[in-house]
Order: sequence, then C-alpha cells, then structure tokens
Amino acid sequence: MSAITTPIAQTPATWGLPYKGKVGMACLIIAESAIFTIFVVAYLFYQGKSLTGPTPREVLETPVFYTVCLLSSSLTIHFASRFLERGKRGAFLALWFLTIVLGGLFLFGTGQEWHRLIYERGLTISTNLFGTTYYSLVGLHATHVTAGLLMLTIVLLFGLVGRVGPEQSARVDVLSMYWHFVDAVWVVVFTVVYVLGR
Amino acid sequence: MSSDVMAIQSAGAAGQTWTEVLHEWITTVDHKRLGILYILFALFFLVIGGIEAIIIRIQLMYPHNNFVSPQVFNRMFTMHGTTMIFFVAMPILFGFANYLVPLMVGARDMAFPRLNAFSFWLTAFSGFLLYFSFVGGSGLYGAGNAPDIGWWAYAPLTAKAFSPGHSSDYWTIAVLVSGFGSIGTGINIIATVLCMRPPGMTLSRMPLFAWMTMVMSGMVLIAITPLSAAQIMLLIDRYLGGHFFDTQAGGSAAIWMHFFWIFGHPEVYILIIPCFAFMSEIIPVFSRKPIFGYPVMVGATVCIGFVSMSVWAHHMFTIGMNSYANSFFTITSMVVGVPTGIKIFNWLGTMWGGKIQFKVPMLFCIGFLFQFLIAGLTGIMLASAPFDWQLSLSYFVVAHFHYVIVGGILFALFAAFYYWYPKVTGRMLSESLGKLHFWLFVIGFHLTFDTMHIPGLLGMPRRIYTYEPGRGWDTMNLIITIGSFIQGIGILVFVVNLVLSYFKGAEAGNDPWDAWTLEWSVSSPPPVYNFASVPTVASRRPLWDLKHPEDPDSRYE
Repeated sequence: MSAITTPIAQTPATWGLPYKGKVGMACLIIAESAIFTIFVVAYLFYQGKSLTGPTPREVLETPVFYTVCLLSSSLTIHFASRFLERGKRGAFLALWFLTIVLGGLFLFGTGQEWHRLIYERGLTISTNLFGTTYYSLVGLHATHVTAGLLMLTIVLLFGLVGRVGPEQSARVDVLSMYWHFVDAVWVVVFTVVYVLGR
Repeated sequence: MSSDVMAIQSAGAAGQTWTEVLHEWITTVDHKRLGILYILFALFFLVIGGIEAIIIRIQLMYPHNNFVSPQVFNRMFTMHGTTMIFFVAMPILFGFANYLVPLMVGARDMAFPRLNAFSFWLTAFSGFLLYFSFVGGSGLYGAGNAPDIGWWAYAPLTAKAFSPGHSSDYWTIAVLVSGFGSIGTGINIIATVLCMRPPGMTLSRMPLFAWMTMVMSGMVLIAITPLSAAQIMLLIDRYLGGHFFDTQAGGSAAIWMHFFWIFGHPEVYILIIPCFAFMSEIIPVFSRKPIFGYPVMVGATVCIGFVSMSVWAHHMFTIGMNSYANSFFTITSMVVGVPTGIKIFNWLGTMWGGKIQFKVPMLFCIGFLFQFLIAGLTGIMLASAPFDWQLSLSYFVVAHFHYVIVGGILFALFAAFYYWYPKVTGRMLSESLGKLHFWLFVIGFHLTFDTMHIPGLLGMPRRIYTYEPGRGWDTMNLIITIGSFIQGIGILVFVVNLVLSYFKGAEAGNDPWDAWTLEWSVSSPPPVYNFASVPTVASRRPLWDLKHPEDPDSRYE
C-alpha cells in the first residue's frame, strides 16, 4: 500500500548522499559564525569609544604560548581521527588526550589572563566599554572551548573503556570539525583583540 | 508486507490509558507528532495573541476610550507582536515543515529526531516563560507585569533604569531560548533535505516545498543568531553591568537597532518563504498543471534568501543615517521585490490555462496572491527613504506589515491547513464552513487593514493608547475595530471546523486532491514509519508517474 514504485523505477547507479552528521555540524558552524560575527562587530565598533580607562594598549598582553597550544591542538585532533580511521586505537587515544591537554592549557591561559586583568588591572566587565566587549567576546570563545573540551573528554572516557573504534570515526570527525571551528574562531578573535584592537 | 502494516497499527491503538497516551506524546521523537505539537502550540498562542489584538482594537475604537490603561496597552502591543512572531508564526511554520518535509522526501523521520524534540520543547517552554511574566514580572514581591518595551525592545527602554523588575528579562530569555529552538530545527531541516532523500530524488527533482523550507532554514541559521547574540549582550548589560547599549558609558542605542533588524527583516522572509512553499504545492494541484518555471522558482527563492539579508536598515531611515546608507538600503529593498515578483508571475503562469478548482485551499491561495501583491506594493512605497521619513512609525506601516503577515502569511497558512488536514487526520475539513471562514476573513481583513492605511496617511502614529477626536481618524478606527471582530469570528469558525471535522468529517482516503507529491502515497494519517519500503523517484511528480504510466513526467525531464 505504502510502497511506491514508479514505472521507470531504477535506483541510479551512483546514489550517495552526504553524511547527516557533517551537514548538521556545518550548519551549526554557520549559525555560530553569525553569533561570533555580531560580537566581533560590536568589539570593533566600540573600539576606542570607552569613556574611562584602562585601554587595551595599557593592559593587554599577547598570549602567544597559549595561542600556539590551541592552534596545534587542531593538528593533534586531525591526526587522532586519521589514526582512528586506520584502527590504531592506542595512537588515537594518545593524540586525543594530547588535544584535551592543549585545549585545557589554553583555557588555563585565559583564566590566568582574566585573573591578572581583574585583580591587578581592575578591569571588569562593567568597568568600561572595552571591558564589556573584551570579556564577552573572549568569554564567548572560552565557553565554546569549554563545551568542546567536555565533548572531547566524553569521547576519551568511552575510548578508555574500549568503546571507540574505526566504526565511530565518522562521528569523531564531526566533533573534530567543531574543534577546528573553535580554533579558527580564535584566529579571528586573536586578530581582532590583540592585533587590530591595540 | 500489508499484514505487517496491520499488525503495527493495531498494536498502537489497543487499550491505552490516557496517562500512557500523554506519556507517549510528551516523550515522542516522531516528526509527525512533533509537527502536530508545534501546530497545536502555535494555535493556542494564536488565540492568545488574537485576544491581545482585540483588546488593542477595543481601546482604539473611540477617541479617549478607557478600556485599558496606557500601561496595559503597552503590554498588549508588546506581547501581541512578540507572541505572533515567535510563538505563532515560527512554530506553526516549523510544525508544517516537520510534518511534511520527511514525508515529501520519502524519509522515515527527520535527520536528528531527538534534536527535533529538544527544539520543540525549547520553543514551548520559552512561550510559557514569556507568559509567566504576567505573574512573575516584578519578581517575588509585586503583583507582576508583562514586558511593555515593544517587540523591538529599543534601547534605552530595556535599561534597568527604565525597565525595573524582571518583565524585560522574561522577554529577553524567552526570545533567546526560542531562538535556540529555531536554530535546532533549522539545522534539522537542512540535514533532512540534503541527506535523507530517496534514490532518484536529485535536488532538481525535489518538491519546491522542500527547496523553500531548506532556504528558509538556511536563513534561520544566519538571521536568528544575530538576535541571540544581541539578547546575550542585553543580558550582560542588565545583569553584569555591561555597557553595550548604555549611552552614558559610550554605548550605542543605534547598534541595538542594527542587530535587531539584521534579524528582524530576514525574519519576514523566513516567515513568508514557507508560505511561498505552500503556494507552490497547492496552486499546481488545484490548477491541474505542474508548477510553471520550477528552476526559476528555486533561483528566485535563493535570490530572496541572499538579498533579504541586506535590506534591514530600511526600518531605520528615520534615525538619521548618511545618504549612502539610505540609498543602499532603498535600492536593495526595491531589488528584493524582483524575485518576489517573479514568483507571483510563476504562480499566475501555473494557473493560466489550467482547470482551476475553487476548493477552499485554492480560495485562500488566490486571496494570498492578491493581498500579498498589494502588501509588496506598499512595501516598495516604504522602501523609498523620503516616503518613509513621512510615514515611518505611522499606522500606514502597521497596515503594510499586517497586510504581509495576515493577508499573506496567515492566508497561506489557512490554505495549508485546508490542504493537509486530510493527510494529518484522515478527515476532510468541511467545505461549507471553510467557505464561510474564507469570506468572513476576507471581509474582516479588508475592512481592517485596507482602512488602516488611511489614518496612517493622515498622520496617526502607531503605539498610541488613545487619540484626540476630530482629526479624521475616528470613523476609520471604528471600522478597523469592526473588521477585527469579523476576523475573530472567522477564526472561531475555523476552530469549530477543525474540531468538528476531526470527529464528523468525510473520510479522506490517501489522496483526496489527486496530488503528485510523495506524502499522498501513504495512508491518512500516515503510519509511524511513513514508507514501508524506500520509494524510488524518477521525476518531480512521482505520483503522476505512478498514476499515468503511459505518459510519465520522467519522459520529459
């Protein structure tokens, strides 16, 4: 009753559709990019419009080491998922763990910077426009790093009990897409806050 | 295979208690049930938003009327706007998309069923949260009040100083959360359309409904998110002492307007594109012709998707932008009329020379075509910056966008209800009640919104709770109010029709309209699993091919 067979029904020889996980994540990345764009626009728009200090030039220090940490974690996660694809679970877990460590280091760096700004420089989110835009843009990114780390850790735990094999590699790739996105956003945030913003 | 069908269906119906049924509906991840939940939720809020509109109209019926206080009037127009956009139009369109997209593309369910349920419940709870402000808006000690900041919530009205208590927070968080729900559904629809199609259904053979819903979802991803970002900023301002929209600390009220309208204008197209999708499915079936200019329709939809992202500041001509910005947004706003005009031309081309059947869905479609054209024409008038300087914030603008939303979107939705109700429930809606509903609504609509242009031209500003007599607005406002009551009666007839026909309507069968898309090939209502075996598609009208094996479409494509 519910089966449809058209008279000229032949399944095309090559019928392949994209993997829904990848398409879904790509859509999420597009949506997130729009959110970040608005925060970046606000940052640039309010640059130099603070009525009181401190200014970015006075207080910001470029976090070179932690930036290198985060960006290199893109490499480690990439090779981790390649190893998983080829069934090398040990190498996968080691690189996956390294990714989490690098991401965690970055987050620690952000925390340290915020602690310094708040307690030594007296810059909070309500001090001036710079504080408002700085903490919300960097904080939005840090929130995304935190969410990513949580998901990476869940995969690590499943991996440690032996539940992550090559058959999950497509799903792991989806998570890796998200992580690459978080890294790419940092390139933009870094450029805006630490290069253009000073 | 047919015995499997029987077994599965009877297992579902056998002696459940009402708690089991309720549990099943609340925990469901089935796209059809979620679609129905979306639509019922939206209809519930449609009635509430309609009552608010009636309260506004009663207050404005006579000059110096005292039906509600100015404070209550502000709450009413704020809640009416917010409710109708975020908790009626969006969820009802998502409901139709949810129900129909998997059926039209021959899929078992949406790409991410649990995300689908999550998105629905986000939307539902954000609606309840917004209305909870009526009791909780002032916090724990006060009697409570609802947001009264207008649906744009322009700064500095939202600042703590001007909006004490929590009413604005309920508004902010409700809109933010419903935005997350919309983004989830947007992702889901795109993934479903791109990844769940059956063999043979290439992108160029997809039903236009799937195409347009996908474009609309893409716009949701790009246009709803700026609003979410702006709401996060507003929360930072209100709770953490931020200065985004705080002019005393160097912040800007204008940037809120930009962020709001970067969402606000594409939102209009997010709402109207699914209605174009309804038109593109319904008009061909009742004209007994395939759609005229399929590729051009797809191209025009994508074109609208892009151009409508660059027209937002035509809502802001009166704030004093420079002449380059004014010219740019005037030109883009006029350009977006071109692909829209192409669509109207194509629907007329579909009807041209067809054997038109004037069933109720088709009546609403014809009403849509006529009214949406006029709404577009007043839109072109307002797109011109000097004209807008004169009439911005007047009742002319109110008449214009209600012409789009009621005359366009709501009429298209009624067409969709009459067209797909048989598929969802297995019963036909009554044609005679439907015609009564149509004519009442057409008369009420034109009384209200044709007339509303005139006090606008005469200078009546929007959002005033009362006015002086003797300015030439009095009779007009009385007529507008009478028209709104006639529309209200029309809606009541519609609701009665929905309820009565559910129990007493004629049996619909699988395919009451002799239509051509895949959803009509399964039983009404469709089985839980939709298709017993994956369909194969060779043309844009798979059911035509099935019914006319001697002359299938696939021969010509």
